[in-house]
Amino acid sequence: MEVETAVSGTEAAPQASGRGRVAVLGVGMHPWGKWGRSFVEYGLVAARAALDDAGLDWPDVQFVSGADTVRNGYPGYVAGSTFAQALGWQGAQVASSYSACASGATALGAARAQILAGLCDVALVVGADTTPRGFLAPTSGDRPDDPDWLRFRLLGATNPTYFALYARRRMELHGATDADFARVKVKNARHGMANPYARYRKEVTEEEVLASPLVADPLRLLEICATSDGGAAVVLSSLEFARRRTTGPVRVAGLSTVTPRFPNTVIEMPNFATDSAATVAPPESPFRDSIAEKAYQEAGVGPEDLSLAEVYDLSSALELDWYENIGLCKPGEAERLLHDGDTALGGRVPVNPSGGLSCFGEAVPAQALAQVCEVTWQLRGQAQGRQVQDAKVGLTVNQGLFGHGSCVILER
Amino acid sequence: MKARVPAVEGWFTMDEDQPHLLGNRCVTCGTVFFPRAETACRNPGCRGGDFEEAPLSRRGRVWSYTTNHYAPPPPFVAGDPFQPYTIAAVELAEEKMVVLGQLDGDPTRLRVGAEVELVLATLFEDDEHEHVVWKWRPL
Repeated sequence: MEVETAVSGTEAAPQASGRGRVAVLGVGMHPWGKWGRSFVEYGLVAARAALDDAGLDWPDVQFVSGADTVRNGYPGYVAGSTFAQALGWQGAQVASSYSACASGATALGAARAQILAGLCDVALVVGADTTPRGFLAPTSGDRPDDPDWLRFRLLGATNPTYFALYARRRMELHGATDADFARVKVKNARHGMANPYARYRKEVTEEEVLASPLVADPLRLLEICATSDGGAAVVLSSLEFARRRTTGPVRVAGLSTVTPRFPNTVIEMPNFATDSAATVAPPESPFRDSIAEKAYQEAGVGPEDLSLAEVYDLSSALELDWYENIGLCKPGEAERLLHDGDTALGGRVPVNPSGGLSCFGEAVPAQALAQVCEVTWQLRGQAQGRQVQDAKVGLTVNQGLFGHGSCVILER
Repeated sequence: MKARVPAVEGWFTMDEDQPHLLGNRCVTCGTVFFPRAETACRNPGCRGGDFEEAPLSRRGRVWSYTTNHYAPPPPFVAGDPFQPYTIAAVELAEEKMVVLGQLDGDPTRLRVGAEVELVLATLFEDDEHEHVVWKWRPL
């Protein structure tokens, strides 16, 4: 068997699993908003909250893993050391990661690998951002070699443009309606009302959503996630270390940071075109499906085992795509799941009990970590006012620009 | 009359009647790339690094589309007043790929599956030039 699989090359990699060997010992956040202060401050507040939650002091941390922000100059590119210096140099080893919206998961993956390798017992993962108003724009200057610059220059293809292309496609393929998309927003707004870290905590009606201005047809202002300031932090430790301090800690069951497989046949931000599928057949699983599949495989669980999921609702319509991408239902069935109340609090598998990006807005390097914070609170039974009953297994998923998957499965 | 210049160099022919997008094709495995693959073939099973120019099909079918109602940030050059514009993702049958472009025409009757054709159209003007880009025109 080993010999046979070795021939196919990509299948030859060992399927090592870190399931359950790393614990989430502490989580903490700075509230999301438009505070206009330094990202370092948000990260510091979140880091201290996570350390307090873990019952640890900063000098106990042996490895600092920062999720970078690209909108805050050099300190943002070296986020790990920026946060370490803000907390006070204490000699910890450091790494900084950038993978757009997936940065938090990448930083978490780096920290987990250190622990799994036995190189450290305790790691602190921090991400924080300060964002400008309006659309996320490419880095300034004349850069005709950068596809992220060119897509704005030549097409005016904003981020919502891509979300809208998926939404329109969903309408034409599966018969989704404007009302379906609006109902996702209504659900998430209701979920987020009790979340003290959410930026928007106000109930909205379907009529209000549908009366909000069109941004990128068919998506409306209330259906597209805003950009926010915020910070989130996670303390990871080896399971042995966690067991000496607490009983029944939340454990990392699976973590995926996969890239796409060639040919990627879905048009992705910031690209002008897909790969061509004329010479090589498309992979069995499209990229977005493959993100969760990898984490399920490592965790040894499937979608039927999930108590809840935090998915990246950059738009209301995209949340429906995620239901299918993480296997909650077959393609075309997401609307039914929504209508049956399966994905609302009290339903079979609540999605975005935190309120999601809909209530947070996106603070890029902090967002994947915020998802992990929420699932941790849910699994511990600490998600006041939005608790999923008897939560055992939770999944976070998102996708970052330029081919970054991000999925974390936690269990208790 | 202002001179018409491409808004980006080498991505399409400046043939006003029969323009083509210009990709390239790996001479080893035959895979087509747009925009051009610059350094190496991106098919993971191919070690090729030599390419030939590959004009893409001029016709395709709409995969999806959207109209932007808010002016994007720079480097987009927005008109004053800002006019909403439509972007179409178009599937090319022969190349089996989807290529984005602004729509040149009426978006209200557009549908997924509609046939469109490549044209050259003005992206923006400055004092000296009309900067030209490819667009998809409904047939």
